[in-house]
Amino acid sequence: MKASNEKIVCPITAKHIKVALVGQPNVGKSMLINSVSNAHLHVGNFSGVTVDKTEVLFDYKDYKFTVVDLPGTYAFTDYTIEERVTHNYLCAEEYDIIINVMDSTNLEKNLQLTSELLTMSKKLVIALNMSDEADKEGIEVNAQYMSELLNIPCVKVSAAAKTGIEELIETVVKKFEGEKQEPKLIFSEAVEEEIENIVSYLQKHNFEAVNSYRNIAINLLKENKKTYEKLHEEPIWTELQPIVIEASKHIELHHNTDDIKEAFAEEYAAFNRGIVAEVVKQTTIKSEAKTLTEKIDALLIHPIFGIPIFLFFMWSLFQLTFTLGNIPMDWIDGFFTWLGTTIAPTISNDDVRSLVVDGIIGGVGAVVLFTPNIIILFIGIALLETTGYMSRVAFLLDGFFHKFGLHGQSFIPLVTGFGCSIPAYMSARILKNDRDRLLTLFIIGFMSCGARLPVYVLFTGAFFAQSMAGNVLFGIYISGAILGLIFAKILKITAFKGVDEPFVMEMPKYRLPTFKLIWHTVLTQTIMYLKKAGTFIAGAAMIIWFLSNYPHNTNLDKIYSAKIEKSVSVKQKALLENQLAEAQLGESYLGRLGKFTQPIVAPLGFDWKMNVALQAGLAAKEVVVSTLGVLYSIGGDVDESSKSLANNIRQNIPFASAVAFIIVIMIYLPCLAATTVFAKEAGSWKYAFYLFVFTSVVAYSLAFIGYRVTLMLM
Amino acid sequence: MKNLLDCDRGEKVKVSKLNAAYDLKQRLISFGIMKDAELEVLAQAPRKKTIEVKVGKMRLALRSEEAAQIEVKKI
Ligand SMILES: Nc1nc2c(ncn2[C@@H]2O[C@H](COP(=O)(O)OP(=O)(O)OP(=O)(O)O)[C@@H](O)[C@H]2O)c(=O)[nH]1
Ligand SMILES: [Mg+2]
Repeated sequence: MKASNEKIVCPITAKHIKVALVGQPNVGKSMLINSVSNAHLHVGNFSGVTVDKTEVLFDYKDYKFTVVDLPGTYAFTDYTIEERVTHNYLCAEEYDIIINVMDSTNLEKNLQLTSELLTMSKKLVIALNMSDEADKEGIEVNAQYMSELLNIPCVKVSAAAKTGIEELIETVVKKFEGEKQEPKLIFSEAVEEEIENIVSYLQKHNFEAVNSYRNIAINLLKENKKTYEKLHEEPIWTELQPIVIEASKHIELHHNTDDIKEAFAEEYAAFNRGIVAEVVKQTTIKSEAKTLTEKIDALLIHPIFGIPIFLFFMWSLFQLTFTLGNIPMDWIDGFFTWLGTTIAPTISNDDVRSLVVDGIIGGVGAVVLFTPNIIILFIGIALLETTGYMSRVAFLLDGFFHKFGLHGQSFIPLVTGFGCSIPAYMSARILKNDRDRLLTLFIIGFMSCGARLPVYVLFTGAFFAQSMAGNVLFGIYISGAILGLIFAKILKITAFKGVDEPFVMEMPKYRLPTFKLIWHTVLTQTIMYLKKAGTFIAGAAMIIWFLSNYPHNTNLDKIYSAKIEKSVSVKQKALLENQLAEAQLGESYLGRLGKFTQPIVAPLGFDWKMNVALQAGLAAKEVVVSTLGVLYSIGGDVDESSKSLANNIRQNIPFASAVAFIIVIMIYLPCLAATTVFAKEAGSWKYAFYLFVFTSVVAYSLAFIGYRVTLMLM
Repeated sequence: MKNLLDCDRGEKVKVSKLNAAYDLKQRLISFGIMKDAELEVLAQAPRKKTIEVKVGKMRLALRSEEAAQIEVKKI
């Protein structure tokens, strides 16, 4: 009965395979997942792109795959937080099989981690990634032979060219269905002897264990905590312990060190050198000529020209953001105006019409308007991330950063912060030391995120000529960054005192990103921006609309309608209507709130509308623009010819107040979502409170100074 | 004793000892900087604040403080 039951495999109950993707940083783990499934995980050409585990699901034949993308790790040393994520996952979570992803062009280094994975006693498949690059560099890897030598299936793949993917999945399935096999890992004679000693002792006592004796022996010698804990409770431990201690001593003596980990690293390195010598062939003999990467580096990390070149790139980016980004703006603006005028007549109820046209379309439109600028900024950041230039700038700036108490690698989260603060807070995990990390977390906000760009573009466009606006924009970003550095120094001497952490960072080779990679990276972020505009910002705009339209003062209506009736000229009529709207706005909930708290911001030259916009901006920076859009579309000094928000702003806001406004935007809290992530990454809400106080005080003081100085100069 | 910081650009040397504290030492080892590994100095930032070395096929950026903890000898 039972046997026949087993034969009928129900086609619906597919088998689940959970795969953990492990490898050193920047070997293409995330890209490999993207190419087997239709996920769009973040890919970049530097170490530490992925800093948290992500699960991706896909089906293959009758199997349901769950692939876990883990942060890259050089070794199981728990050096940084994101490496700890990987180590903890591998030791504590349930999964069926490990795919060890390797960079075929640098097997010797990658095998170092593999050697450590072998002691995990899990099913293992090796993916020899970047085989396309290996071909180009004339590196031939004999995967078949390598599989035999290690007794682990090795498959050549290329995540970029999408080759070997199917074979890899087939191999995983086969391994999953098959038995676990003991991998081959041969040490030097001295170590083998000690392993044999321990194994034979275990054999003699018929010790019961799940893992092989050899595995236990190696783990004992490597001072693996778990193995120690387990054996510690066994009666044989009293006899075994002296044997292990003696063996360790011998090995350390043999390697002339007092660190068993170093001894094992050397053992692994020797074994790996052997493997590489057997399976890797360099077909084209490399001459002494410099590689492409070295040639580019000669220029880009030049001791004198390096930093100016970087600044030039940044300047060009903001110049493009402004000039190129403003071209489609008219079309988008036109579209929303058209949408408003088309929809308006179809709604009979006055209030609902105003809600839809002024509130939703006006608010969302004001945010969507800046999509082209945002896209250009995102493209710039994507290029920085995917070419390999990111690590070079970190290298160039480390000396400079170090003076300000920051770590060279802080550059990576800081640059990410120009896109959005949330991933930036997360990527601070690549910093080893908690103090460095906290300091960087506090400074990230000074790097203006993409959501602040609309406010800047709006204001620079309103107050400066086209030809200057790009430079001003660049100036805003740079001064934000410089302020960040200065405050880093201040925080370093006051709050985050401590020793400097080492700076050791891999510099990847330059890679020309494919159009598709850039496209997907930018598209994902742009869609996120638009989604936010359509949901969160639309909701906020509705609230702002409601608060700015109610309560309605009928008394005012009466007074003004009498006046309007008496007026003769059209012009005067329009003027009076405008005054009425302005007076109504002032009486609304929002008006009352803005006016009530206005005395606080009066020294900065803000009117109550700016005040309200800033407060709303605590929720998200895009809301600043949409709120200004709603508030300045009603009433104010509007003359017929200029309806655009930029014009309204120019006419209603004095220049000095605008300067102070921009300074506050540059410095105060990025947004609610980011603040939540900040608290999580910093480890406590206490820090979020500090951040709030810190940024508010700094923003207020500097805005005050900015306001006064501008007034004096004007 | 010569350390990595003393080396000039383009110089090729062999590691003889790591004088770093535990954490950094493990890190260097995981990058392949261990006894007998061959290093080449590729680039130096102004005043040798930061240097770039080649270990096997990998390029690595190090600060002067870290470089000074790596003892090397000529090959
Ligand atoms: N030529 C080539 N490039 C690849 C291949 N796979 C990945 N890359 C590139 O290698 C770089 C690293 O890719 P990622 O997928 O971000 O690497 P990762 O292993 O997830 O890195 P971390 O998340 O930092 O651990 C990117 O620039 C990719 O474009 C490949 O098969 N061929
Ligand atoms: Mg990744």
